[in-house]
Order: sequence, then structure tokens, then C-alpha cells
Amino acid sequence: MSLKIVVLAKQVPDTRNVGKDAMTAEGTVNRAALPAIFNPEDLNALEQALRLKEQDADTFVGILTMGPPRAGEVIREGMFRGADTGWLLTDRLFAGADTLATSYALATAIKKIGGVDLVIGGRQAIDGDTAQVGPQVAQKLGLNQVTYAEEILKIENGKATIRRLIDGGVEVVEAPLPLVVTVNGSAAECRPANAKRVMKYKYAACPLEVAPEDTRKGLREERPYLNLTQWSVADVDGDPQQCGLSGSPTKVKEVQSIAFQAKESKTLSGSDADVEGLIKELLNEKIIG
Amino acid sequence: MNNVFVYIEIEGTEVREVSQELLTKGRKLANELGVELHAIAIGTGIKGKVEDQVLPYGVDKLFVFDAPELFPYTSAPHTDIVVNLFKEEQPQICLMGATVIGRDLGPRVSSSLTSGLTADCTQLEIGPYDDKKTGNHYDNLLYQIRPAFGGNIVATIVNPDNRPQMATVRSGVMQKALYDGSCKKDVVYPEVSKYVSPEAFVVKVLDHHVEAAKHNLKGAPIVVSGGYGVGSKEGFEMLFELAKVLHGEVGGSRAAVDAGWIDNDRQIGQTGVTVHPKVYIACGISGQIQHIAGMQDSGIIISINSDPDAPINKIADYVITGTVEEVVPKLVKYYKQNSK
Repeated sequence: MSLKIVVLAKQVPDTRNVGKDAMTAEGTVNRAALPAIFNPEDLNALEQALRLKEQDADTFVGILTMGPPRAGEVIREGMFRGADTGWLLTDRLFAGADTLATSYALATAIKKIGGVDLVIGGRQAIDGDTAQVGPQVAQKLGLNQVTYAEEILKIENGKATIRRLIDGGVEVVEAPLPLVVTVNGSAAECRPANAKRVMKYKYAACPLEVAPEDTRKGLREERPYLNLTQWSVADVDGDPQQCGLSGSPTKVKEVQSIAFQAKESKTLSGSDADVEGLIKELLNEKIIG
Repeated sequence: MNNVFVYIEIEGTEVREVSQELLTKGRKLANELGVELHAIAIGTGIKGKVEDQVLPYGVDKLFVFDAPELFPYTSAPHTDIVVNLFKEEQPQICLMGATVIGRDLGPRVSSSLTSGLTADCTQLEIGPYDDKKTGNHYDNLLYQIRPAFGGNIVATIVNPDNRPQMATVRSGVMQKALYDGSCKKDVVYPEVSKYVSPEAFVVKVLDHHVEAAKHNLKGAPIVVSGGYGVGSKEGFEMLFELAKVLHGEVGGSRAAVDAGWIDNDRQIGQTGVTVHPKVYIACGISGQIQHIAGMQDSGIIISINSDPDAPINKIADYVITGTVEEVVPKLVKYYKQNSK
């Protein structure tokens, strides 16, 4: 059966393996030192969607993302890998959203898209690690959810059979569509960008990404698929009170860069004498047996 | 009304340790606030089996929901029970394990009740809050403290206006202890059908398979842990060798897990396992906060790092400046020579 699939994707700062320059002297995050990337588990989710599309060419896969205008990059990257199109939710009113306000915004957009059979996203984003947005979107849409999915085994007769991770094991569940699924990082890796698709979609852009002196105006008029949808709070009929900071029940009381409680430490070299001395000391003090 | 609630996670009829850890923490919070500690246990065939695993941790009232199809866990029935019970009970705080179940249920419940939820807290405290925007002052809020932004900062989150204040906490972060103070230890068995409708049971679990843990990282007295500086999967074999001679276990940082050098169930840190060993040997680990959060209470910390300025060195008792490749085989060699 052909499906209408929305892939939830987030552009995130690459917080993995960050070096010492990730933090400024003032203890704030140095965003400039961190490249913005497609959230890794969202790529795992996209792969599951693209596999369903392979089974039925009429299956439609769109990327839904919320963020500043440059988050349009995530949509393009998704299209390079096989997605049909995307929607960018961007509005100052969305800023400062916690997971609940984010979920509200995404759920409102999914309602606007309409007729969606499957909403699929990564289990969590690497800048927050909360894993909350998927289930909260499901609740706001009144849909069932399957989290920590590793593979969508099949979709038949309006039901999805999914293998998921649980603590200390695995589970296979069957859930009716429409459904929200979040995908674990242990799922299949996403296919790379396809060169032909890169050529076709590299100038795809949301209105806010296009400079006023855009030289490709003609090209955009000629090829409508290069014009990506961009929505504000009003465009998705959202309630501003439930968006952004005002829609967020959690507040950040304070943020600290960590000052480790420095201990008096003994510094040794890797020489044989130093290592043997350490082992003897630990044995003598019965710290190791 | 206004009490502290803990959601009890159950595999079959066995209460998960993380829930007992949260009961101990919840008891402390309840005492500080002068309220009761309540617990919710949901499952199949649990009546008469879970009470003794829950009440000794200082529970004033335990709600047991026992009915067919409540085990294995599925999202909708458990959400309905918790949400409908909370509408009656109006708790001020709700704690859940930051497990697969807690991280599936918590957000669904918080969204249903429009309450705030903070994931993977490493500390929970009670304190005041002044909202600078509205000028409102709040007493006795739950401080939900967690590393954020990949572990580069630590944030204190509060939920000033919405109840319950919800938080999830990873297994091993809090320490469980039987409660020796007095508490009511009441148990009630509400009628399940009043809390959940038959339509909630639409997701079917076709197969549920849980294996006993392959390792005992959480309880190991000595942990040898590797980070990006280990360099390869083969490099980890040296760490396993060292752990074997010391009778310890091997863990890894998130960077090593992401690189595929070690299984993710051995990840130590805020988003993995929290350990409290006697000796922690950090091999090629720089020491992001998200990692430190999972091992800072270790007895003796030994850091092996080629970078003398690695952040982890600041909390280490012994710093060995050298590569993992060079130092770890020497530790094995000299331990073998000098022990016994």
C-alpha cells in the first residue's frame, strides 16, 4: 500500500567528540566551533521511510523540520537521499521551545499536512538527548507510538510490525496506522546522497533562504519542486500561547559550565618505573587485590 | 493531593532496581516537603508479588493495577492509568526510570497533562525559584539537574506552574536503601477498567524477549573504561585483558560507543550506565561532563591520557601521561608480576 510518511528531522550542533574549544571562556557554548548536522538518529528514521518507499513508488516521504531558516539544509539533505519534499517550520514565536512546545508545533504542522499514515523520527536528538518529542507528538495527535524501533518489518492491512529494543532485550510489536515511530541509532544506516538527486535538488530552498538578489528566480519559476514549503505559526493555525517559550512548562533556572572539583592528583609518566610504582602502591594499600 | 509519586517498572513480577532507587530518592524529597510517598505498580499477575519489593523503601501508599494485557508494557494502557490516577491524586512530583519504558511513558503522560518533564536527571533537589520575567516567587520547587548540550554544560530545570513536576533518572544514579523511618505502607487495588478503556489495547506485543545482563558493570568493583583515545576496536581488547586480570568490567565513553568499538550497553555516562566502583581506570577518555556524570563517585580514579590537560585529569587521583597502547599493557604486566 502506498503511504504518506512524514520524517521528523532536526538540525543539531554536532556535540559528539567536541574538543576543548566547544566552550567559550565565559562558559557558554561556542556554536561556531560546532558544525550543524542532520541529527544522526533522524537519518536512521529516514532510511526506514525510504525502504517503505522502495516497496511502493507511490509512497510519499516528506521531511518536517523546525528551526531557523538555515535548517532548510536538513530538508535538502533528506531530498538528496531520497525524500520527495519537505516543510520548514520557522518563526520567532517558535523560539525557546521545550519538548512540549516543540511537539505542539510539529503536531500542528502534521495536521496541516493532513492524511499522514506514518510519522517517523529519530529516538532523540544529540543536543538534548531527551527522547520526548516523538511520544509527545503522538499524544498531541492522538496516535499510537512505537519507540526505540530498530526495523519496520512490514506494513500490511493497515498495521505495522516493528522490531524494537527494550531494556535487556528485543520486542516485536504490531500497531495500527496511523502511527508515530521513533528509531534507534542501532537501526540500519541511512543511504548516502544520490548524485542525480543532488544535481536536481541542490537549489531547492525555502523562501527565507533565498536572497533578495537571487539569480535563480527563473529556475525556481520553471521548476516548482525547488520551492520548499515554509510555515509560520499562523500558517499552521497554531496558538502562539502554546508555542516557543510561552508554551514551555519547563524553565531553565540556571546553566553552569562545569567546574570539576579538582583533586590533588599524582602525575606519572608512562615509564615502566612509574607504572610499576603505581601498581605496587595500589596493591600495598589494598586498593586492588 | 500534592504527594510525591514513583512509577514502578516491572519485568514480569520483578520490580526493576531503578524504581527502588527512585523510591529512596522520592522518600527523601517527600520528607523534605512534608508530604507522602506514593507508588504506582501496573502489570499482570503482580498482586501479592510486588508489594514486598516496593513498600520497604518508605512508601506510604501503593496503587496496584493488576489486569490481563498490562504486561508486557504498551504505551496507551499505562499512560491512561497514570494520567487518570494523577487527575484524581494531583501529585506535585512524579519520578520514573530513564529506561526504555520510562522514556516512552513519561513524555506521553506529561503531554497529556501539559506538565513539564526533564529527562535523565543526575540530581534532584528542592529549592526556591524567582521568575525574573513575571516577578513571581516560588518555594519548594523540584530542581531537575542534568547535563545538557552533549554534556558540555549542566542545567537546572524547574516547572514553576504545571503539575506534576516530572523527571526521569537513569538506573544507578540514585542509591537504593531500605527505609528505617515510619511510613503508612497502605496498599490499594483500584479497578483497572475505571482507568483504561478497551480501545487502549490496540498495540500488540507479538514477541518479548529479555536476557539477563551479559555483564555486571553497575556492580563491578573495578571498571576499566575506554574513550576515543583507545583508537580502535582492537585497542579495546587490551582493556578487556586488563579488566580480566583485575577482576573488573569494561566500559566505554559515548565517543567509543558511537565509533562502534564497544557495545552500547557498556556506555558509561549520563545517557548510559552510572558506576560507583572502588577503582575507575579511564583510558583515553577526555572527560566530557556527560561521561563524568556517570563515574564521578568512583573511589580512586586513574586517568591514562596522552593529553596532560584532558579535563578528566582534574578529578583523577592518578594521572598517567602516555598513550593507552603504551601504558595499559604495562599495567597488566606489572600487576601480574607484583600480585600474590
